[in-house]
Amino acid sequence: MTAIGVETLGMTMRFGAFTALDNCSIKIAPGSFHALLGENGAGKSTLVKCMMGFYQATAGQMLVDGREARITDPKAAHARGLGMVYQHFTLVPSLTVAENLVISREDVPNVIDWRAERLELQAFMAGMPFQLPLDQPVRTLAAGEKQKLEILKQLYLGRRFLILDEPTSVLTPDEADEVLSHMRRLCQEGAISVLMITHKFREVTAYADEVSVLRRGKLVGGGKVADLSHDDMAALMMGDAQLARPADRSGTRGAPVLELDGIRAVDRTGLKDIEVDGLRVHAGEIVGVAGISGNGQSELMEILTGQRPCQSGEIRVNGRAYTASRTEAQSHNIRFLPEEPLFNACAPRMSVSDNIGFRSFDTDGGFWLSRRKMRARAETLVRQFKVKTTTIDAPISALSGGNVQRAVLARELSGEVDLLIISNPCFGLDFSAVSEIRARIMTARNEGAAVLIMSEDLDEIMELTDRVLVMSEGRVTYEATTAEADIASIGHHMGGHA
Amino acid sequence: MDTELGYSIIPLAILGGAIRVSTPFLFVSLGEALTERSGRINLGLEGTLVFGAMSGYAVAYLTNSPWLGVGAAMICGALFGLIHGVICSLPRVNDIAVGIAMMILGMGLAFYFGKPYVQPVAPDLPAIGFGWWSDIPQVRAALEVNVLFLIGAVLAVVLWWMLRSTRIGLILRVVGDSTDAARAMGLRPAVVRTCATAVGGAFAGVGGAYLSLYYPGSWNEGISSGQGLMAVALVIFARWNPLACFGAALLFGGAGALGPVLQSVGISEGYYLFFAAPYVLTLGVLIATSSPTRAMTGAPGELSITK
Repeated sequence: MTAIGVETLGMTMRFGAFTALDNCSIKIAPGSFHALLGENGAGKSTLVKCMMGFYQATAGQMLVDGREARITDPKAAHARGLGMVYQHFTLVPSLTVAENLVISREDVPNVIDWRAERLELQAFMAGMPFQLPLDQPVRTLAAGEKQKLEILKQLYLGRRFLILDEPTSVLTPDEADEVLSHMRRLCQEGAISVLMITHKFREVTAYADEVSVLRRGKLVGGGKVADLSHDDMAALMMGDAQLARPADRSGTRGAPVLELDGIRAVDRTGLKDIEVDGLRVHAGEIVGVAGISGNGQSELMEILTGQRPCQSGEIRVNGRAYTASRTEAQSHNIRFLPEEPLFNACAPRMSVSDNIGFRSFDTDGGFWLSRRKMRARAETLVRQFKVKTTTIDAPISALSGGNVQRAVLARELSGEVDLLIISNPCFGLDFSAVSEIRARIMTARNEGAAVLIMSEDLDEIMELTDRVLVMSEGRVTYEATTAEADIASIGHHMGGHA
Repeated sequence: MDTELGYSIIPLAILGGAIRVSTPFLFVSLGEALTERSGRINLGLEGTLVFGAMSGYAVAYLTNSPWLGVGAAMICGALFGLIHGVICSLPRVNDIAVGIAMMILGMGLAFYFGKPYVQPVAPDLPAIGFGWWSDIPQVRAALEVNVLFLIGAVLAVVLWWMLRSTRIGLILRVVGDSTDAARAMGLRPAVVRTCATAVGGAFAGVGGAYLSLYYPGSWNEGISSGQGLMAVALVIFARWNPLACFGAALLFGGAGALGPVLQSVGISEGYYLFFAAPYVLTLGVLIATSSPTRAMTGAPGELSITK
């Protein structure tokens, strides 16, 4: 197996009048680890989709190993040894590791001789930098293991040029380091070449040889990673756009607002317990819950929103028992921003205006809804929070992810807020949306709200919080003030081996 | 009847009854398991079952061959499945709604075309006597096992093996579990699902032929008492596993046999209640296997009822 080099020449992709990719030429030498940086919407995905044959470029050509290659569809790309690992897993959850690998092959025999296949798979695994249990259903694997399996699958299929689309977004820092250093070693051995889409400068500096930066569909810079600093890369990526800086911390910590004692509940699989004891969130502080997804954070969120019953334990808000009813949430000024707000905090087909009215429609009017008031409120909030929508009567599902997030945040942060419970607020959003949303959260804290934030993004936790907890296997295993916390030990606790 | 023997025969009679009553459950549930494994639910199998019963009976009567009847029921069932599958492949069509429409259509067509066949007598399917070792007529009667039941049992094992060790089986599971993954592999989920629904329909048709050609063994409008719908619950209970479907079908069959058996040994108190046993069991099973907080394990990821 030897690595192949790929080069794009003047790749251009237009969708109608919109130019998603403009005359982009990048070169990935055989055996190199190349990083592709850019904000959301900068054209990174368009570029790799053109390379993989999902899109037909409007203009430009592609060279594979120095020869012109016409990639008409993903199959043609696969035939030339090009493979892609997607941001979202393409594994089949209920199939085992072995079954997932075998079925991904083009030439699966009609009757599968599992004994022979297993021997082959074991031999293949033995030659790989990381091992996985062949007989486990993929659904039971941790996110890091799934990501490794995605990569193994590409190698198993004999791909020698791998495109990785934000491969570490679901991994712990330890897992990310492990996976990327293996990829780097494979590159150095000349087995594969890698093109990695990423947001994280740290990974670029630590693992990539070269970098290309896209902005608004254009290649704006790049070169040897060794020659570029983080600031250079950020400047290339952002251009002259100004980021909203999170407000400085101010105010003092007040009395505890949210108290959880002896909480026990079953998790989504029904096999494991969630146990949370002695969790306190005070007024004027942000408490972050770090952890890899699937370790009980979503369940904790569901307990707090009232979506999941507790077997025992007590939740108190402002010293009084709390059962997550709407009346209690209203009287205590509790607000929520769950993950995937379009599904967990919106009625997707109802209008932006209606969705923004969910917190207030029943207190604004009497028996009859006051449409006028609802619309006026929506208009104001849409303007204040810069929600990009054609009209406030558009269904909220027509908005982009960042704008749904802004709309929900607008609803949840309007009026007085004493307790704000948030889960992964910035997942999949671009830089400007992220910094704006973080600034809003910080403002709420400074105005005296107690904030509990669950996030899989450790950088976010370190930036925003005053105190950090780590959840692993349904339990809080680590607690420290953010100022004193160190990333390495948080990472170890996230991985469950501290 | 000798009461002594009468009570001791109950377990055996229930076993015999279970085998007799379970066959349609077995075929419908295997068909439904196959369809659901591909990520679609076909609630129309009740209609397919009744139409299969009618067409099987009619063809068996006209050709004087019960096996041709079974074949006809199979083809009709496959057609019904195909129609369901094709309609559901259109954008924005709900498989449950189509299933209910197909159920009513199937029953309506069966009653319409079946009118002339209520009176005539068609030949029965053959059975094998496993009770030759006994002199007691009740034992021999209980151990008369129909060939279709044996075919169904073999089919359950074959399906289980197929899902595990063949390309088709794996493709079916991929499609049922993740449309995205299937597309990424270059599979066409709609085609796979349509085929799975057609084959599932064929199985249900055979189940119907058993009803009219063996037990109870005649064609009338009340021939199915909801077996096609109960089989859907049964598949959930069996966790989409063909081998478990076999066990679950026997259990439901046993519950269905309870009423007739108790009646035959002279217990008549609360007798209607025992006839309700399969329905109560369905309800019980659905409640016992449901949970508001737990995701169902083993459920195909693309199934609309469990999503």
